[in-house]
Amino acid sequence: MADLSAHYTAADKLFLRKRMWNFGLPALVLAYLVYVFFAFDVPALVEKASAQNAKSLVTDMYSHKVHVTRDNRNGEVGVAIEGEKKGRYPEGTAPEWVSLGEETVIELGDGHVVIYGPETISYDIPGYGLVTATPKRSSGVNATFPEGRLPNWINASKNRVAIETEAGRLTVTRNKTEVFRYFTGWELFFFTLDSPYHGLGFGALMGKAFSGEAGAILSDFWNNPMWLHKDVAWAIFETILMAFLGTFGAAVVALPLSVLAAKNFAKVLAVRFAIRRVFDFIRGVDSLIWTIILTRAFGLGPLTGALAMLITDTGTFGKMFSEALENVDNKQIEGLQSTGARPAQRFRFGVIPQITPVLLSQVLYFLESNTRSATIIGAITGGGIGLLLTQAIITQKDWEEVTYYIVLVVLMVMLMDQVSGWLRRRLIKGDESGH
Amino acid sequence: MAQLRQRQLYSGVTLLVFVLVMVSGFNLAADRNGGSFWGGLKNFFDYPSEVVGEAAEKAAELPAHFKTFFPALVETINIAGVSTLIGALLAIMLSLLSTRGLARWPRMIFFFRRVMDIMRAIPEIVIALILIFVLGGGPVPAMIAIAFHTTGALGKLFSEVNENADLKPVDGLSSVGANWTQRMMLGVVPQVAPNWLSYALLRFEINIRASAILGFVGAGGLGYELKNAISWGQGKFDEAGAIFLLLFLTIVVVDQVSSHFRNKLTHGSAGGH
Repeated sequence: MADLSAHYTAADKLFLRKRMWNFGLPALVLAYLVYVFFAFDVPALVEKASAQNAKSLVTDMYSHKVHVTRDNRNGEVGVAIEGEKKGRYPEGTAPEWVSLGEETVIELGDGHVVIYGPETISYDIPGYGLVTATPKRSSGVNATFPEGRLPNWINASKNRVAIETEAGRLTVTRNKTEVFRYFTGWELFFFTLDSPYHGLGFGALMGKAFSGEAGAILSDFWNNPMWLHKDVAWAIFETILMAFLGTFGAAVVALPLSVLAAKNFAKVLAVRFAIRRVFDFIRGVDSLIWTIILTRAFGLGPLTGALAMLITDTGTFGKMFSEALENVDNKQIEGLQSTGARPAQRFRFGVIPQITPVLLSQVLYFLESNTRSATIIGAITGGGIGLLLTQAIITQKDWEEVTYYIVLVVLMVMLMDQVSGWLRRRLIKGDESGH
Repeated sequence: MAQLRQRQLYSGVTLLVFVLVMVSGFNLAADRNGGSFWGGLKNFFDYPSEVVGEAAEKAAELPAHFKTFFPALVETINIAGVSTLIGALLAIMLSLLSTRGLARWPRMIFFFRRVMDIMRAIPEIVIALILIFVLGGGPVPAMIAIAFHTTGALGKLFSEVNENADLKPVDGLSSVGANWTQRMMLGVVPQVAPNWLSYALLRFEINIRASAILGFVGAGGLGYELKNAISWGQGKFDEAGAIFLLLFLTIVVVDQVSSHFRNKLTHGSAGGH
């Protein structure tokens, strides 16, 4: 009986402990999250967050706008996609919803019409009325509105009037009048306005391609000055190159060192110990620090990025390789020894066939993850798609390009994932069947 | 014998191609680089020795610098900690939803797997920079960015662990009428939790490094302080040195502690629990 009651107490204790865990752990996690919520000052962040930025970011990701700009000092009117120089319509031409002339008539759709007169700008807003503005250098923007209080989508002061409707946006200042009209889709993705192939359908393009213009069409697309397909493709290649050089370079450097760090190959304790500490040191000095040091020595560029990855991964590979070497099966080596093989031969035929699949599969795993790291390191050392990405993000307006690059990066990483998985399966299978 | 010779030939050719690709790749990268390889190699130790020299000269000020940058260190660790925690919680859900035999909606397995693939493929820096634009600088963009990536990375590993889980407890639970959440919490989680935890710890090590890097592009923590310190250049190298040292020590300590616990989790689970 006494025995049984001891079991009862033990079971009670166990249950109590389980209960403590079950309630204690979530409570602990929650407490930590609450602490961080205030440590990171999330309430202030929510206040600071810019809904305007978020909105412009999201709209810009899938749409583009066309600017119709009038220089109020000389009355010149120009049309440009995204307001960029490379997207400007040639002098005297415009899309069909803008008719140039003495009076420029801009149709924004749904009955919204803006007219740039010789002196006065007018905007006829359906359901509201006519707004006119006469910008003068001396007296500012002299705007008139329909009777009543101004709605909150009109922002008017002495020197500036901004009207934002669902059809577009009109801004009038003393020097400049500007209308934005929004369109869905990425602008000029295939051809810019100066290319003869701009605005042609797929069928028409294919027709021209077959009649001998394929080269010209490809070159116009490839050299598109707005989207820079050529530079982007090169940047992707550079990123993969950095990952490739970094990963395989590290493997080449780490292999001989790891032999010196493996218990069953390096008999001298001091050497083993020293090499291992070197590996630990390299891994401890983070890739960020290596990147900074290397940037100082080698300047900006892809080589610096590749070397940063090479050094960081040498530490990791060294550790992993030496562990793999310590796990080799000694029977094969002994078997070779019994046939009178020299040490080099024992290594070549006894050790290498055993470790190759293990090492290669580890290296290939790293190739995939390094493709992603190369994007990040490239942003710091100035190479590859990482550089293009950060540059596009820093301009804070080319979000359609950012989206494009992100899609490409995701595809690139997935592709590398597939390739490395395929190679891994092939190499390991090949090694099992052969030798 | 002929086969052996052919094999050796293949190996030789592969090796030769590999060497050629590496050499031409390095040349190509060097051509596009700001500074040359051999010139850089000569200067490799200039910067580290300058930093170390200046830090050693002002060694007396180091404790004060450690004190100054300690909050930033805590922030870096917190970024990594929270993002690992949130990422792991989301990964648990996604991984259970995308494991054959456990999924709540078996038809959605493909969808959830692709979601994890995409989350894994987007580099943290992209999300961090975009969020900095919307939310402003600070630790939260980095935290969200790392948590996003962690979800994808851990989700894949967790679902591999789940695939090895024994389904008998799940069947037993469903025979007594347990719903999906109960089956997962009581039937699967106890089996796989040690492995999950071990992967999460490994991820925490990785995330400490990631949070330092993201700090460097403006998302708070030690990386941000480091960027400021090195941009001041000479005369402020003692601060940079102090931060280098803090970062180094943090990474080494976290690696050691986490690998200790991981060893315990993977090797201890066979004996006890």
